[in-house]
Amino acid sequence: MRFARRYLAQRLVASVITLLGVSVIVFLMVRVLPGDPARVIAGLLATEEDVQRIRVELGLERPLLVQYGIFLGRFVRGDLGISARTSEPVLSELRPRLASTLQLALASAGIAALLGIAAGTLAATRPYSRFDYLLSLSTLFGVSMPVYWLGLMLIIVFAVQLNWLPAAGAETPASIVLPSLTLAAFSVALIARMTRASMLEALGQDYVRTARAKGLAETAVVVRHALKNALIPIVTVVGLQFGALLGGAVLTESVFGWPGMGLLLVDSIFSRDYAMVQGIVLVFSSLFILTNLVVDLLYAVIDPRIHYS
Amino acid sequence: MPSSTLESITAESPPLAAEWPRLRLFLEGWQRFRRHRVAVVGLALLVALVIACLTAPLLTTEDPERQSLARALRPPSWSHPLGTDHLGRDLLARILYGGRLSLVIGFLAVAIGLAVGVPLGAISGFQGGRTDLVIQRFADILLSFPGFLLALSLVAMLGVGLGNVIISVGISAVPSFIRLVRGSVLSIREQVYVEAAHALGQTRSVIIFRHVLPNAMAPVIVQSTLSLGFAILVAAGLGFLGLGVQAPTPEWGTMLGEGRQYIFRAPSLTTFPGLAIFLAVLGFNLFGDGLRDALDPRMRTLG
Repeated sequence: MRFARRYLAQRLVASVITLLGVSVIVFLMVRVLPGDPARVIAGLLATEEDVQRIRVELGLERPLLVQYGIFLGRFVRGDLGISARTSEPVLSELRPRLASTLQLALASAGIAALLGIAAGTLAATRPYSRFDYLLSLSTLFGVSMPVYWLGLMLIIVFAVQLNWLPAAGAETPASIVLPSLTLAAFSVALIARMTRASMLEALGQDYVRTARAKGLAETAVVVRHALKNALIPIVTVVGLQFGALLGGAVLTESVFGWPGMGLLLVDSIFSRDYAMVQGIVLVFSSLFILTNLVVDLLYAVIDPRIHYS
Repeated sequence: MPSSTLESITAESPPLAAEWPRLRLFLEGWQRFRRHRVAVVGLALLVALVIACLTAPLLTTEDPERQSLARALRPPSWSHPLGTDHLGRDLLARILYGGRLSLVIGFLAVAIGLAVGVPLGAISGFQGGRTDLVIQRFADILLSFPGFLLALSLVAMLGVGLGNVIISVGISAVPSFIRLVRGSVLSIREQVYVEAAHALGQTRSVIIFRHVLPNAMAPVIVQSTLSLGFAILVAAGLGFLGLGVQAPTPEWGTMLGEGRQYIFRAPSLTTFPGLAIFLAVLGFNLFGDGLRDALDPRMRTLG
């Protein structure tokens, strides 16, 4: 485990540095805007006193580096500032939204993993068959499909025409079906492609031939021997896709009016609620960096063959 | 058909091809590309789209920005093959003219990605050491904004409008080019011909630009094609949210965003602009996969 510990430390340091870089960009987001950031943050309806109060609060009269230090210190303590629109702390506004986004992303990741692995495995057991070609074609369609358009088309078919599912909102449990399917489409395609490749390689191995030779049923060979060994790279892709799903959530939530962080982000951009924009971008990126780190570390733990120097 | 002409050149005049190694390489690549049937479909799709957008004035006499509330939200008919939008503008004309803008945004954004990403990647891979570390951290940071979020954050910062959309999408394409070029340069750096150039006393920049970079170009060309699809997708996404090109200029994503309010009354307003985005992105993805195959058979991914 010594190698793993060292690798862990390296990855941890790299992640922290990346997160610091992200925080610098997010910090500068408001500072590079033309005009007085205090006025921008205060919003259009603010009084002169409000602007002055925010200016002092932000420490705008101090050097940029000191300002960044204060910003970072607050971020580390979980203080993301005050929303200009609601005058509530950004963090307390964010919390329920984050839960909604995670719910959507987890549902999509589940769908993507299930469908992707099943389709990829089936294709790998029948390479160059009609099903295999159909799958390659659908994966190409899946990665080329604008997620916002797919969402609208699903609304037209399942909500407008068939009236089976709600078109928007999150009032009923069925509300999550269309958004999670929409968001999953791209990842299903990617995971299916990866699974097919990984399974094809595993099925060509000697231990699979041995398993067949000793008379095991084909299902047992495919699932217990090949799939089990092919899963490591697949798990990595699923994990990385979870991060990508967070980015796709912004558009999906906007299409379906799903009350997550993405929808709040777009609303905040329009209402120039910059503290909120900064907070959401920081939370999204931190989550993304964290997932990638966890996936990397899991990869090192799961596969005993991998050595890091 | 250009394919048959090229075929006859390879079949009938091998000496010509033998005399021009570059031509031979091109023809071999074309042959490999042609065998990839799906990729040819992608190329045909792109050519058709580009021609349709360029010859828009010949295909329709309608002005894409002319409003007429008297004919708003009409279903498809002979005079308006795809119907009209909420302001009575002809949808076909808007898609054709809007395509010009979407394609231009895509090309310019990828140009920015290339102009910034390729030199940074080359320096990072060739120089190594601390420079490499700094550039890689920079790429890491840009890559930490998941997918669409980087372009969205940049637009939030810079403001909406055509120029800012191009810059934002272009910057989000930068890190993938940095990574790609660095990887290629790292392996090319060790080749004998680079060592020879060193031995001849050539300067660092001559070695990078004359010897290393040209040999690292094949994957860059493939990546550019795929990035074009990505750029169109992201730019249209910004337009869809209302953060892209502003009305009344036609652009596919913006049209989709406007049309969604009428999704119950006129689903064609969301169906057709989205279909256009999908076909363009699909075209670039199919073409890119075929190019990968043609330029470097070892990089094959698609079965």
